[in-house]
Amino acid sequence: MFDWWHRIVSRFVFETLELSPESAAGSALDFFLYDTVKILTLLAVIIFLITFVRSYFPTEKVRDWLEGKHPLVGHVAAALFGIITPFCSCSAIPLFLGFIQARIPLGVTFSYLISAPMNNEIAIAMLFSLFGWKITALYIGFGLLVAIVAGIVIGKLDLEDEVLIKPPPVKPPHIEEVKIPVKERLKEAWDYTLDLLKKVGLYVLAGVGIGAFIHGYVPSDLIVRYAGGDAWYAVPLATILGVPMYSNAAGVMPLIEVLTQKGMLMGTALSFMMAITALSLPEAMILKKILSTKLIAIFFGTVALGIMIIGFIFNAVLH
Amino acid sequence: MKIEILESGCTSCRSLEHNVREALAKSGIEAEVEVVEDLQRIMAYGVMRTPGLVVDGKVLSMGKNLTPDEIIGLLP
Repeated sequence: MFDWWHRIVSRFVFETLELSPESAAGSALDFFLYDTVKILTLLAVIIFLITFVRSYFPTEKVRDWLEGKHPLVGHVAAALFGIITPFCSCSAIPLFLGFIQARIPLGVTFSYLISAPMNNEIAIAMLFSLFGWKITALYIGFGLLVAIVAGIVIGKLDLEDEVLIKPPPVKPPHIEEVKIPVKERLKEAWDYTLDLLKKVGLYVLAGVGIGAFIHGYVPSDLIVRYAGGDAWYAVPLATILGVPMYSNAAGVMPLIEVLTQKGMLMGTALSFMMAITALSLPEAMILKKILSTKLIAIFFGTVALGIMIIGFIFNAVLH
Repeated sequence: MKIEILESGCTSCRSLEHNVREALAKSGIEAEVEVVEDLQRIMAYGVMRTPGLVVDGKVLSMGKNLTPDEIIGLLP
């Protein structure tokens, strides 16, 4: 899709600037120019599309739909809804309480709470532009699996008393649905996309910049020795390293792309990316206001375990 | 008129309060503004996305930071 752009960049770097394709500088600059434009373009298009579609699926609709469903249907549906609904960790508390208030089981609520940040628009757009649709589909598919299974496990543990605030068990009042014209939805999606690009653009540039440096200057065997290969600790280490990186997902993912090109195994990379989005420290801090430390620890532990199992299986199968 | 801003500590919540006050100053409308952080009260409105804008007990907007002009357009 971006071949024409690669030809322009290559001509500029190798002919106009007369850098050699074999030199580290030439290869790094070529990589940086090609990748930044490709990624920023795809990011804008994908985030815009996702945001537009999502404007038709407000969280309240999801809650109303999930109310009173069979738990198993609930887990699967909640995880799927996580893809198409907007989610911001700053709204995690009212969202969580709103689900509990509507008597949606705790485990089903967690299935949603795990899936929603994992399938956030930035992660999906970055994955697609860096790795293509196959890896994106694998990421979403396994992400859903983790969300469903972890939700079922948490649901089986009878942890209802670990929710510290009990919202009044009244039926939530019906909020009038305002008809928003398509034109306005498109405009809002576009404004949101620009806003988001302004926020993550610098991270993307920094990420691709460091990635380009590694691409050009760092030899592959160094990476394989330290970050990749089949060392047993690669997956757990990647999972733990992913926890503090939530807000920088856009900057970290270009690095993961380069690391995989240089020998990091795909399972390790998947675990890393899932840990970045699903295990977010700020979200844990926010949820501490309404959940006991024990429940948060179980939530993180279950999801981390699921993410690592997927990484291990993936590395074993693809090896 | 009574305006309530439902918030749960996000940055766009604080700027919504700021924009509401700006909207009131700009339009000359008089209203009592209250920031609601009590979760029980937020839940009683059935609002799951903050910031929420409630005017005279009616939820007008949620999960969105509105500009002063948008707020003026929403006020009755």
